[in-house]
Amino acid sequence: MIQADLNIILPEILLSVYAMVALIGAVYGGKDKLAPMLTWLTAIVFVLLGAWIGMTGAGENLAFDGMFQDDGFSRFAKVTILFSAAAVLIMGQDYMSRRGMLRFEYPVLIALSAVGMMMMVSAGDLMALYMGLELQSLALYVVASLRRDSVKSTEAGMKYFVLGALSSGLLLYGASLVYGFAGTTNFAGIIEAAGEGHIPLGLLFGLTFVTAGLAFKVSAVPFHMWTPDVYEGAPTPITAFFATAPKVAAMGLLARVLHDAFGGAVGDWQQIVALLSVLSMFLGAVAAIGQRNIKRLMAYSSIAHMGYALMGLAAGTAFGVQAMLIYMVIYVTMNVGTFAFILSMERDGQPVTDITSLNMYARREPGRALAMLILLFSLAGVPPLVGFFGKFYVLRAAYEAGLAWLAVLGVVASVVGAFYYLRIVFYMYFGEEGEALDKGRSVVQYVFLMASAAAMLLGVVNLFGIETVAQAASLALVN
Amino acid sequence: MNDSLLSLVTFIPALAAAILAIFLRGEEAAAQRNAKWVALVATVITFLVSLFVLAGFDPQNTDFQFVEERDWLLGLKYKLGVDGISVLFVMLTTFMMPLVIWASWGVERRVKEYMIAFLLLETLMLGVFMALDLVLFYLFFEAGLIPMFLIIGIWGGKDRIYASFKFFLYTFLGSVLMLVALVGMFVDAGTTDIPTLMNHTFASETISVLGIQVIGGLQTLMFLAFFASFAVKLPMWPVHTWLPDAHVQAPTAGSVVLAAILLKMGGYGFLRFSLPMFPIGSELMTPLVFWLSAIAIVYTSLVALVQEDMKKLIAYSSVAHMGYVTIGIFAANQQGIDGAIFQMLSHGFISGALFMCVGVIYDRMHTREIDAYGGLVNRMPAYALIFMFFTMANVGLPGTSGFVGEFLTLVGIFQVNTWVALVATSGVIFSAGYALWLYRRVVLGDLIKESLKTIQDMTAREKWIFAPLVAMTLLLGVYPALVTDIIGPSVENLISNYETALANAPSGNQMTSH
Repeated sequence: MIQADLNIILPEILLSVYAMVALIGAVYGGKDKLAPMLTWLTAIVFVLLGAWIGMTGAGENLAFDGMFQDDGFSRFAKVTILFSAAAVLIMGQDYMSRRGMLRFEYPVLIALSAVGMMMMVSAGDLMALYMGLELQSLALYVVASLRRDSVKSTEAGMKYFVLGALSSGLLLYGASLVYGFAGTTNFAGIIEAAGEGHIPLGLLFGLTFVTAGLAFKVSAVPFHMWTPDVYEGAPTPITAFFATAPKVAAMGLLARVLHDAFGGAVGDWQQIVALLSVLSMFLGAVAAIGQRNIKRLMAYSSIAHMGYALMGLAAGTAFGVQAMLIYMVIYVTMNVGTFAFILSMERDGQPVTDITSLNMYARREPGRALAMLILLFSLAGVPPLVGFFGKFYVLRAAYEAGLAWLAVLGVVASVVGAFYYLRIVFYMYFGEEGEALDKGRSVVQYVFLMASAAAMLLGVVNLFGIETVAQAASLALVN
Repeated sequence: MNDSLLSLVTFIPALAAAILAIFLRGEEAAAQRNAKWVALVATVITFLVSLFVLAGFDPQNTDFQFVEERDWLLGLKYKLGVDGISVLFVMLTTFMMPLVIWASWGVERRVKEYMIAFLLLETLMLGVFMALDLVLFYLFFEAGLIPMFLIIGIWGGKDRIYASFKFFLYTFLGSVLMLVALVGMFVDAGTTDIPTLMNHTFASETISVLGIQVIGGLQTLMFLAFFASFAVKLPMWPVHTWLPDAHVQAPTAGSVVLAAILLKMGGYGFLRFSLPMFPIGSELMTPLVFWLSAIAIVYTSLVALVQEDMKKLIAYSSVAHMGYVTIGIFAANQQGIDGAIFQMLSHGFISGALFMCVGVIYDRMHTREIDAYGGLVNRMPAYALIFMFFTMANVGLPGTSGFVGEFLTLVGIFQVNTWVALVATSGVIFSAGYALWLYRRVVLGDLIKESLKTIQDMTAREKWIFAPLVAMTLLLGVYPALVTDIIGPSVENLISNYETALANAPSGNQMTSH
């Protein structure tokens, strides 16, 4: 029995063992001298694990009495998480090492948080959920303040920690209510206790608090306050990481809880999620207009994007989950490319984050500027770029579920949002001659930027086939 | 060959753009010249290939022709085809683009990017007129914003930033509502295939939205969503304000494309979507469209009278002329729709030519102020002649294509609503006013301004650019059957479907108040 259970969580075990071995090895070995090697090694481990999970995983396997579930949905999310984490690790390496920030703990912490994220999307029980969430968060609190000598970075870590702890508190309170009224922490047990139709008031309270706690993690409005500060304060490679893998994990976890534990009461949580979605889309769109710091801008941009992903979730259908998954994959791909670009923004070797520094960037670096142009229009959701298809999927899911009003508000917000993406284009292409940025020197960043832009363009043909995979994943979750 | 001819036409310019982007290097004169030649050759080839489409097109067949279909994601289709309504817009596009490129021979700044933007724009515009899948249509329709945004923003005039943002956000806001309606149609009908949707009847039972009773139900809502997009694009009063700004700031070639082709997407959209797919919604909203158009014709003509910027004047005159188009379309009879399509084609040639006329003197004097000119006839006789010709065509002088379009639409509307016809006809007089006055102030009189004493007449290149436009304007003016023979059967089919749909509509949906 235990043998079978362990087999199911083998990828997580392997990754944890790897992280611990790497930690010990580095402590007794060369310490920070090993960091570049460890970064690459961790990324390779991520990719291998991702490929392994993606290719060999099959069926639905429950471990430890359903506390951990390995199904199509979790595998889809895990592959996305691992690949994006690997990409962000590699492209940030040059940035970190030139500023003396590349410590050996960094890849190890990222690996540990990846274990947490894998746990999150596989959770089948409130305990497993909390364990995964905290493992992920604790690792991230530390990396957010990786630059100990920088006030902003430590402040970012502190804010993240305090607000994260608050959200954990909300979540735990909700979980205790759910346990009290359902008599079990197991999702399968909760859904049975909840029954069809409207759920008892106590459970509803629990559901609301759990949702609020998770909304912190996806940075949905009104639980978004930490996002801009943490994005701005953390070193850019870590911001890039925050913007990608943890978002997928948190979104996956939210979908998991809502469908696995409260799937019978869609009507009860639909309004909550729809409201989170509307607020996120509008706040993300409006608040970003005033931003000149590209990292803060991307923070609001990711808040808005989470709003769209939540729109898919609000539909409460299998198609909605599929739309959300596709949206998240597209979102992650765009963000990897965009952050690869932001990482390469420097002047005299110092990182620059002011968008006005991009003045006439297109004249000096036409290739990079074009790639960034494509990414920005894709982020804005303008066809024919892939970002548009993400929006199309969630809009369709919302409309099908009778949330036409949500779809209308979503597209209106997207017009407001288009403005600030266009403004970056404006600086790059129409601006006035100013002090030039350095020539990008990292080949890795260049490759990721170009690859991501190319994916936005070429994905129009068939979205690289993720449609059917995402469909299978969503059917595994919602049945 | 026949089953991918349309794809070929559509993607030749994109291919040329890719070649330019990848293989052309350097900023030196030779590279610039090569970029221009590649673009010109590509657009000419596109035009020549599109002639095969016209030659192989059977006007009597009202179905879509040259259809090609491939599977795409989400159950969508990559499906292209043309019928009598769209084929001439395709031809208009392929015909105008070589002239546009040739007219841009004087561009010096970032020539490669400029040519790439125009080539991509051509692909996207052609795609709009050929797409037979809703989402594919939307894709082409919206994607055109990106190159146009860049064209205005990079190569535009002094206030280009304001104009480009206004252009983008205005049209984007218009179209996203269409996107929601489009998703709704997809969900409701289960398909995005345009020919299928044309035969699909959308619900028209009165529904309540936010407490408001919507007569015509879903059809009215969807009509309004599409209307928001097309009305902005066309543009109709009162959402036309982006157009004068965009026109004034855009480089000459950008203005020409905008006026000659991009505006036509709105009118085409009404014919392809609004009338056939939401007949009841269209019927209900017809009075609204009529009066908006009538106001547009009178109001924008008056506004045009007082403009001091030549491009702005022509831009307002475009809005007025588009008023005839909407009136003709929603008159929903043979003369009206024939006239509307005819007017769109003819306006494509005439307004394109007028913007090029402005471009000719702008290149020399670098101002578009009407007051800066006067008496050009003394030094530029050839220019005076050509400008005269297109001014007359713009006024709608019989013998030019402008007359046929206006006349047909007015005949069409007269049968439906004489009051609207009366108001609209006054626009003919106004147009004579502003167009002739513009001509008098710029070209006639004595040449007294010092700065104009050395101005040179048109070069051979400039003259040759106008030659095909003059020929088309005259040809369509004296022999309009050339167009109406091609569009006639398809229009007839459209109207009979429209009337059948209205006749079959469940009672109680018609406006009973009158």
